[in-house]
Amino acid sequence: MILRKEHKILVQGITGKQGTFWTRAMQDYGANVIGGVNPKKAGTEHLGVPVHASARDAAKAGAFDVALMFIPPMAAKAAAIDACEAGAKLLVCLTEHIPAHDVMEMHAAARASGTRIVGPNTAGLVTPGETFAGIMPAFNTNVFRPGSVGVISRSGSLGTLVSLNLTQNGMGQSVFYGVGGDPMIGTTSREALEMLDADPKTESVVLCGEIGGSAEEDAAEYARTMSKPVVAFIAGRASPPGKKMGHAGAIVSGGQGDYASKRRALEAAGVAVADVPSQLPELLSERLKAVA
Amino acid sequence: MNFEEYAAKPLLAKSGLAIPPARLVADSEAAYAAAQAIGPCVVKAQVPTGKRGKAGGIKLAATADEAKAHAKAILGMEIGGFTVEKLLIEGQVPIARELYAAVLNDPKTRGPMVLFSTMGGMDVEEATEKDPTAMRRLPVDITKGLSRDDALSLLDGLDLSGAADKIADSLVALYRAYRKYDADLLEINPLVVTEDGNVVALDCKFVLDDSSAGRHQGLAEFAAAEPQTELEEAAQKAGLRYIELGGSVGVLANGAGLTMTTMDAVTHYGGEPANFLEVGGEAYTKAKDALSILLANPNLRSLLVNFCGAFARTDVMAEGVVNAWKDLNPSIPVFFTIHGTGEDEAIALVKKELGIEPFDLMDDAVRAAVSAAKEKAA
Repeated sequence: MILRKEHKILVQGITGKQGTFWTRAMQDYGANVIGGVNPKKAGTEHLGVPVHASARDAAKAGAFDVALMFIPPMAAKAAAIDACEAGAKLLVCLTEHIPAHDVMEMHAAARASGTRIVGPNTAGLVTPGETFAGIMPAFNTNVFRPGSVGVISRSGSLGTLVSLNLTQNGMGQSVFYGVGGDPMIGTTSREALEMLDADPKTESVVLCGEIGGSAEEDAAEYARTMSKPVVAFIAGRASPPGKKMGHAGAIVSGGQGDYASKRRALEAAGVAVADVPSQLPELLSERLKAVA
Repeated sequence: MNFEEYAAKPLLAKSGLAIPPARLVADSEAAYAAAQAIGPCVVKAQVPTGKRGKAGGIKLAATADEAKAHAKAILGMEIGGFTVEKLLIEGQVPIARELYAAVLNDPKTRGPMVLFSTMGGMDVEEATEKDPTAMRRLPVDITKGLSRDDALSLLDGLDLSGAADKIADSLVALYRAYRKYDADLLEINPLVVTEDGNVVALDCKFVLDDSSAGRHQGLAEFAAAEPQTELEEAAQKAGLRYIELGGSVGVLANGAGLTMTTMDAVTHYGGEPANFLEVGGEAYTKAKDALSILLANPNLRSLLVNFCGAFARTDVMAEGVVNAWKDLNPSIPVFFTIHGTGEDEAIALVKKELGIEPFDLMDDAVRAAVSAAKEKAA
């Protein structure tokens, strides 16, 4: 689902330092934050919204659409399962370094409740000019402006750079979809691509991938079927194999998930691949002209 | 986090899998004593890498004298970049069949996956590549776990010489160990059926999920040391991710994706990155530590600082870098490009304190850093 202004957001961990900083930024931007969770501060108010003991308690006080987690790694599983059982349609999990077995239990809970998970280890979602959920500089108009380009990224920092490159060239964004840098994310690049393909406000897509896994190969398979132009950048061409490059998912081992195979798959599907992110706006212009 | 065979196999035993009697030794005299106690044995190099057999690191010994001679030959060998310093002296097992079994985290199903093949042994990868049906796969619902019936269904129709029940029990025990020890991967190759019909794990590969190391304190200390440079070790202690590369342009950026991209850009514009240092996530307040580590690399000819802050606030990072720069007073040139949260404050600070104008475009900063590194080297 694409985040819209009217979506009601519950912030788990709202009273913490990061929870407070980013919730305030979201509210200033126009996000519809309806409450927060902190078991120790249940019954109080924070940033003008009620704080509940759990997501299930919050749901009793009124339905919400999105749960956004500012929760440390070892507590993330319980918070995510709470949000799923409380009926969250979308769970945005920012937390990095959650034990993998906990992540698999989170996904199992989400399957049972029909919740879509974005992340873990995502920087969140931005719908420029409307709302955002997460830790992206949505409010910085040098980086994000309303427009028609959908941006999908496994990395928040690279997604920021790419959005900046687009904005510098007069290309605003319809959606920023941070899928996350972990190996077992809930919403894949391919699924995000499918959503942007179906979104009437999105006319073209920039896919920011990285080495490791098979997310780009899977996305390429779908991009082949799209009429909207798709261009891509893949980070990690100069990264040594066998090393985890910060993201747990960004590792090349046994010939799996290397740069060349990703680039080959995308180009074979008709997706133009940039050598450096600054080439993306021009590649996109060319593709848009070709379609028009 | 990888574990060598000697540290991984006892975990299987604790979960109910049979393993041969064995002793860990570090010299040939101890190998002799262990072989005397155990009888006919296998002398096995303990290094955190595969292909030990092919490299000559695994030898059969019928007598204690033979075990001692093999130990002398294998200790000190280089296998896959590791020097052999430890040996496992393990009792010989009469092998009837060699099988393969593993449990791992599967990104596609977002759950555990059990693997099984009757083509165990040294060439299982090649064998299953030629014939993918030779590797059977069973996705597991993590909330339910693996039952004996599930395991039997995975073995259904295979000719296992009457050992199917015992193999199924071994798979259930393997899954139990995988869950108990938060494994990313737990692999037994070979899992053998002995001549008298028992099922025994002859080798084991165990990868502990780094993120769960906190709940396995006792285990983590037995993890095999990763090959690291001194600076990489210092960075790890400071809670930073640093990787040493061969070139001359230092890269300091926030977030894994942006750091990789910055290195790619350095290469694209004809330079060579000297190192990778990421100050993303919670580490963005550690700019001073980060800079000290980067500058300790003697190959550095220029430094590129690329901040495109999302979660990481560029004003906080820039303050750390500027203060550290003034403290350390390095002689190499530095090039900045700064965007994102807090960029106005960050840019103003760099201008005021260092008298340096940050570049608006990353590409311009990269080009400048690459050309400065070349000038310095010339």
